[in-house]
Amino acid sequence: MARKKITPPRTEQLALSELTIEQRQIEGLSLSTIVRRRFFQHKAAVTSMIVLGLIVLLAFTSVGTIIGGTGRLAADTESGEIILDGLRISGWWPYDWYRNYPLTMPGGLPSWEHPFGQDTLGKDIFARVMRGTQQSLTVVALIGFLATVIGVLIGSIAGFIRGWLDNLLMRMTDVIIIVPGLILGAVLGRTIGGNAIALGILLGLVSWTGLARLVRGEFLALREREFVDAARVAGASNSRIIFRHILPNSIGIVVVNATLLMSAAILTETALSFLGFGITAPDISLGQIISQYNEAFKTRPWLFWYPGLFIVVIALCINFIGDGLRDAFDPRQRRMPKTTSLMRQFREMTNGRKK
Amino acid sequence: MLSFITRRLAATFVVLLVASFLVYMLTANSGDPLEDLRIQNDPASVAKRETLTQKLDLDTPPFFRYFKWLGGAAGCAIGQCNLGISVIRGDEPVANALANAMESTLSLVVLATILSILFGVAIGMTVALRQYSGYDYTVTFTAFIFYSLPIFWVAVLLKEFGAIRFNEFLGDPVIPWWIALAIGLVLGLIVQAVVGGHLRTRIRSAGISLALTTGILIVADITQWFRNPSIGIIGIALLGAGLGALMLFVTSNLTKRTMQFSVGTTVLAVIALWYPLQFVFFFFNHPLTIVAVAVLLAGVGVAAGFVFGGDDRIEAMRVSAITGALATAPLVLDQMFMRWGDYVQIIPLRSGVISTIGANTPILANDDDTWMRMLDSSTHLILPTIALMIISVAGYTRYTRATLLEVLNQDYVRTARAKGLPETTVIMRHAFRNTLIPIATIVAFDFGAVIGGAIITERVFAWQGMGALFNQGLSQVDVNLVMGVFLVTGVAAVIFNILADLAYSALDPRIRITEA
Repeated sequence: MARKKITPPRTEQLALSELTIEQRQIEGLSLSTIVRRRFFQHKAAVTSMIVLGLIVLLAFTSVGTIIGGTGRLAADTESGEIILDGLRISGWWPYDWYRNYPLTMPGGLPSWEHPFGQDTLGKDIFARVMRGTQQSLTVVALIGFLATVIGVLIGSIAGFIRGWLDNLLMRMTDVIIIVPGLILGAVLGRTIGGNAIALGILLGLVSWTGLARLVRGEFLALREREFVDAARVAGASNSRIIFRHILPNSIGIVVVNATLLMSAAILTETALSFLGFGITAPDISLGQIISQYNEAFKTRPWLFWYPGLFIVVIALCINFIGDGLRDAFDPRQRRMPKTTSLMRQFREMTNGRKK
Repeated sequence: MLSFITRRLAATFVVLLVASFLVYMLTANSGDPLEDLRIQNDPASVAKRETLTQKLDLDTPPFFRYFKWLGGAAGCAIGQCNLGISVIRGDEPVANALANAMESTLSLVVLATILSILFGVAIGMTVALRQYSGYDYTVTFTAFIFYSLPIFWVAVLLKEFGAIRFNEFLGDPVIPWWIALAIGLVLGLIVQAVVGGHLRTRIRSAGISLALTTGILIVADITQWFRNPSIGIIGIALLGAGLGALMLFVTSNLTKRTMQFSVGTTVLAVIALWYPLQFVFFFFNHPLTIVAVAVLLAGVGVAAGFVFGGDDRIEAMRVSAITGALATAPLVLDQMFMRWGDYVQIIPLRSGVISTIGANTPILANDDDTWMRMLDSSTHLILPTIALMIISVAGYTRYTRATLLEVLNQDYVRTARAKGLPETTVIMRHAFRNTLIPIATIVAFDFGAVIGGAIITERVFAWQGMGALFNQGLSQVDVNLVMGVFLVTGVAAVIFNILADLAYSALDPRIRITEA
């Protein structure tokens, strides 16, 4: 985004000094450098990114994962042991999420052996929560990717070409928007039943509507700008104008809203699994764990706390990253504290407010 | 105006039609309603399978079945709804099942939406006015956390902690002095952060709210108010005065003599009418009485505004009328609290007053006393409403904050300040009204989300509402039931959308919907 340089009038120079310093800082830098720099100044966002990275790492390395297969329980033909269908990659955690183990503590209380406790059957809750986190993250990533791609495509085509195609695409969007998200998700989830990847793909196919509307609005505004005319005069094709000229200018909106969409996605997925229309047993999702142990809250609260905690932390991290990105792309709406603000505020309190 | 609404309705109608087709096909293909029966091969199951196939018309492909369903649903327009029967609910007509479920779900959803808007906008505005203060950061951070909470998790927590602890308290309502002091301190801290200003102002506002809160709590404790809560004429007087002051403040008329007189007279009239209205509430024991009383009190307000309005007659009449109508709420609350003693006797002892299950107590569901029924519904509504509100309020707070900050940067706000208008007038008249414009549009969007939230909340609190119907219908592939729920939510969403459009044009004179 081209930023205009403002030369402040003398009288306002004091008030704008902060702005001019900021402008001097970014002079001659590319947009991506500026955005990256601003993002890394946002402490909450950076912390969230690290935490989220650690959660991803922990979830996938600890209990390993399964690639392919139906995810259903089956008896091994040779040993007769119960295994999951698919290619099993094991992790460093000694317990599996689908096996029952002898209770180490009475009632399955958390212990060193099983830090998140065990349920009545002796299943290791840490392993279950890790597998649930994996599944939820997979769904979120799929929804985020698909919804962003479809939303950007449909929004940009509608906004750039306009006319009947725009009308058609927007009515299509309306049709999806009018069905409450959870109802649509539940019907879709019930149809394909149980599998994280299928659920992620299906939900991704219907979650693009909000983004498409925003991108369309942005395109409608940007396509009238001079740089688009210049590109057209220079002989650029429509697709070149869309992807090389307009889209980079609306990247802020896309990135920020894709992130926020993903934080909504984890809540949708867990809610669906809680209702029994998302990921279903024997596969695990965080919502499904909570629904399974819902009644045990009074006697075994640990069955309930940990999966919920992971949902909250993941959603919170994604939200903060989205906020950091918003600040980075659009510094006018800065939200998070600067380090000096508390001191300044105290001084203002004692000396009276400066306007 | 009328042509706009018709055109808008026609467009949404087509969208709704296509969406209903989509949902019908998806639901019909989501599973096999005869799944359980197919496994067995004994003659009884085979016969049952055949009757079900006939009843559900399963030999017809879903594509054609949809049009049959649509034909029945079209009858709703002329008052003869035929939404099919729900096999899993013992062949009950879906329209009947919906009628019962709608009442409990819509009361929950509408109440939660209205309260969320009120709280969200109020909090968002105070936050925006104290931008970059500790209060701002605290609220913004809290809103972030609330925004990230899964509703089913919160609902279970509320059920366990909110209900059970509070019921224990109501069982033996004693407030130790130090808890009263602690509550007062917390409130004082919040109030000083909201009010802001110099250190001295802050200390004063914190002190006043501390003294007030702690005082009220201690008085309530001494008079055993929590054991037998009531409002009475004193409560009506206090609440009425508060309401009047709030209305004057919100419309930035706090200092105008004429407005003070007309609103004050309305409030006095409400207090004076408290005693005669007792008879009205007693003899006309019907929900519509509330509407009648609201109209009556609004009429009193109009009269007061007409008499005392002076130069601002129209506005005085309007503000007083709204004050009068809103003053119905404490009067109805008063009626409900009068039945508290009986209510505590009636409800099952073990379940506690704040209920965690269902939309009403079965033995009270058909009680003759309207106010008793309302009291019962309220105690059942509290927890699910809070669960739904937590997420919505966070959204509205964030949105209001962003919008008001943007509005405050506009030229017309600077102009208003430059004219020398008092800051209250600038905020309430110039900034607040313009802030409401974009908020009106997200209300419509939020409604769909709240419906979704209601499905989950109903599950946790075991409500027999539309969410329960939907869950039941979808898990057993009862297409008619799912479609019924979809129809209600879809139509409600359409209505909210159009209301948002109308509100938009009413709030913003730049938007003329006749031209749209």
